Amino acid sequence: MRVALFVTCVNDALYPGTGRAVVTLLDRLGVEVDFPAAQTCCGQPQYNTGYRRETEPLVLRSARAFEGYDYVVTPSGSCAAMVRDNYPRIGAKALAQGRGSELADAAASLAARTFELTEFLVDVLGVTDVGAYFPHTVTYHPSCHGLRMLGLGERPRRLLEAVKGLELRELPGAEECCGFGGTFAVKNPDVSAAMGADKVRNALSTGAGVLCGADNSCLLHLDGTLRRQGAAMRAVHLAEILASTETEVLA
Amino acid sequence: MSGAYLGMPAFPEAAKTSTKNEQLRANLTHATHTIRDKRAAAVGELDDWAQLRQAGKEIKDNTLARLDHYLLQAEAAVQAAGGTVHWATDAAEANRIVADLVHAKGESEVVKVKSMATQEIGLNEALAAEGITAYETDLAELIVQLGDDLPSHILVPAIHKNRGEIRDIFAEAMGRWGRPAPDGLTDRPADLAEAARLHLREKFLRAKVAVSGANFLIAETGTLVVVESEGNGRMCLTLPETLISVVGIEKVIPTWRDLEVFLQLLPRSSTAERMNPYTSTWTGTTDRDGPQEFHLVLLDNGRTATLADEVGRQALRCIRCSACLNVCPVYERAGGHAYGSPYPGPIGAILTPQLRGLQSELEASLPYASTLCGACYEVCPVAIDIPEVLVHLREQVAEQVEGHRVERAAMKAATWLLDHPAALTAAERAATRTRALHPKRLPLPGPAKAWSDTRDLPALPAEPFRDWWKKNRKDGSR
Amino acid sequence: MTTARDTVLARIRAALTDIPGHAETGTPARGYLAAHVPGGPAALLDLLAENLADYRAHVHRTTAGALPAMLARLLADRGTRVLVTPPGLPPDWLALATVERLPDDGSLTAHTLESVDSVITGCALAIAETGTIVLDTGPGQGRRLLTLVPDHHICVVRADQVLASVPQALPLLDPGRPQTWISGPSATSDIELDRVEGVHGPRTLEVCILD
Repeated sequence: MRVALFVTCVNDALYPGTGRAVVTLLDRLGVEVDFPAAQTCCGQPQYNTGYRRETEPLVLRSARAFEGYDYVVTPSGSCAAMVRDNYPRIGAKALAQGRGSELADAAASLAARTFELTEFLVDVLGVTDVGAYFPHTVTYHPSCHGLRMLGLGERPRRLLEAVKGLELRELPGAEECCGFGGTFAVKNPDVSAAMGADKVRNALSTGAGVLCGADNSCLLHLDGTLRRQGAAMRAVHLAEILASTETEVLA
Repeated sequence: MSGAYLGMPAFPEAAKTSTKNEQLRANLTHATHTIRDKRAAAVGELDDWAQLRQAGKEIKDNTLARLDHYLLQAEAAVQAAGGTVHWATDAAEANRIVADLVHAKGESEVVKVKSMATQEIGLNEALAAEGITAYETDLAELIVQLGDDLPSHILVPAIHKNRGEIRDIFAEAMGRWGRPAPDGLTDRPADLAEAARLHLREKFLRAKVAVSGANFLIAETGTLVVVESEGNGRMCLTLPETLISVVGIEKVIPTWRDLEVFLQLLPRSSTAERMNPYTSTWTGTTDRDGPQEFHLVLLDNGRTATLADEVGRQALRCIRCSACLNVCPVYERAGGHAYGSPYPGPIGAILTPQLRGLQSELEASLPYASTLCGACYEVCPVAIDIPEVLVHLREQVAEQVEGHRVERAAMKAATWLLDHPAALTAAERAATRTRALHPKRLPLPGPAKAWSDTRDLPALPAEPFRDWWKKNRKDGSR
Repeated sequence: MTTARDTVLARIRAALTDIPGHAETGTPARGYLAAHVPGGPAALLDLLAENLADYRAHVHRTTAGALPAMLARLLADRGTRVLVTPPGLPPDWLALATVERLPDDGSLTAHTLESVDSVITGCALAIAETGTIVLDTGPGQGRRLLTLVPDHHICVVRADQVLASVPQALPLLDPGRPQTWISGPSATSDIELDRVEGVHGPRTLEVCILD
């Protein structure tokens, strides 16, 4: 089984610890993971802001970078959803515009092999107890694209519940968007901030020490809001919790 | 476009004010959260919701694909049943037709059933300019009219007002429009409803002409359907001598049988009821029962332009249930007025720019008034993929609207960088090397300030992931 | 001269050029259920009663034989003085009632009906799943305004008129007749999206279901 890590541009530049955690976790589960250096960004910010044509080179780049791998694993529901939902759309439009099937073929091939981390763990590897240890109270925010576009459902929760020492607290209004929304955060800063403030208030109401998510873009927004408030809660990516053990604390 | 909405600011500016209105936020949060859970329960009662939703979507799509055929069929059926059919290409034509019909009856007032189409065309203002007073009879529309306000929700136009505010409006304004509110009016919803009953009763008994919209127009029979709760609809559709219904051309459905789908989808999605209290159906005129003169005004007003867009046309499936508003986190914070249209919320963000075109900053800002969280698509009873249409419209804005040149240049530059990993790596390294110098908030205007006004910028890591991999794991890589 | 009708139709045809042939499209998938409840007639009557009551209709279960006594009692309890009746109402229903009757001969106006206390009708059919009674102005139901203006409506439903679902009801109804589907008394959700019963239509709805 050839597995590639699609770390995503946000994690590469801002949250390398999440990438390292995925590598550590998959190592521990006996999965040899590769990092094709030709990968960059899935193009979601461009696409979702209305720049479909500008996204096309990144579709081709991603497809080429991950050619030949059986599984492409990414610690981001949002980027996985971009590949699975929007790449085929971009391909179909190019085809409809008479620009050939290159994009459509690339999109179809990559979409079929791309898995968000919790899907890969639960569905492909068939594990929910990954042997993690994390002695903290945690509340989990299910990001929208993972929740609604990928239908991750109970997977992240089942993984967290199996972590030794971890106490999971119910997040009120869990399924509501945190207000990040990519360029929404800067195009509509007031609504974005209001949504972030409500999400953070709900998270703090649980009394948990850790706000866990499976998408660092949402956590970037929520952690920034927590920091600005000086709150005693930290935002941590799910992979970093799952990678932590009694001997190796990664989060 | 209705004059009421002319010159409204772009969505972000309007939302800047509304997000800071604590009373408004509290009213909206209370109301939308109340209905959200109820809707989920009402929908959860039906095991075949997914199949009903699919059928609703397909019936609407099939109708739109032969819209000319079905409209002609409906026209013939309405005429055969004693009705008169008028066509209007835009708001001005529709308003003219209605005003002329009222004048022809020698009347100077009409009673109205809540209708999105007449809100859209600004009928009340147009009639007022012709010396005709239009009385809104839906409770929420009455609140809006008495309060000299604008609607902010499709189903509950006065959702932004709580019971105390409604009491004040009734006490202050009812007397100027007719029967005053009872002395000592409380803010109990039942008392408020009673005040509206008394205030409007004299108007129902007096009115000679009523104006309505319709939820459905059935092509094979020419039957119109109005779905409501209060009975004001029944009053308007039954008591006056003349009935004028202004109906968007997308409201047509092929067969009487098709109602079996929509009468299951609509009530559960809108008011979270198994069935709304009253549904009225009528076909032309009926001897000695109800209005003896019936006029149907078929309205385009941007619908055919919307139909021409292969992605955007799915917005014409909308049955105006407003489920998408009630689950939208952006609507909940920004409020309905920020959308500058009678169609607020997610459906408004895709409908308004298509019906009106990208004519001003407001319309151009609406496709961006969403985080693309997908909650709207999930609850839509006719499966309108609102996020898909939003992104599609953003593409049109980026292409057509002046002022997006800088953004396009930035996107192009970003793509170039991301398509050249060596340059990307260099940029990442440069950023991490200077990370100690990066502040947590930025004083300069622009996107970075918009971010850092309320959120700290993240601390940059010592090295990007790709450098860590290269140093520690490269052997395993190809 | 080009009419608005021509313009709109031409715009529609121009908008649909991407749809091949612009001809017959498929029939919609109707994979949904014909009804959501199994069970025999007795279960349907129970469900109808339950759903009507859930939306604040007053529901009474009785038999054809006991109906006249029940109606007399309901009208007396309500304090009804004047009762409007539609043409074709079964005469025995009101055999024991002592109220003043105002039969509609087609000339009653809304103003007259304002001073009437109650109206009694039958129905065309009823739908158990949704708690709905449907009136189609047929015999024993009368013109639409009869059940609209008075504040108190008594509706009698026979067991054989009760269907399970909307899909079962529609084929039995004639779209050529004006219809009023009633699910509980008048209500509104316009104040804070909370349901309140009683606005313009009859604020009290009593349904007598004949077992």
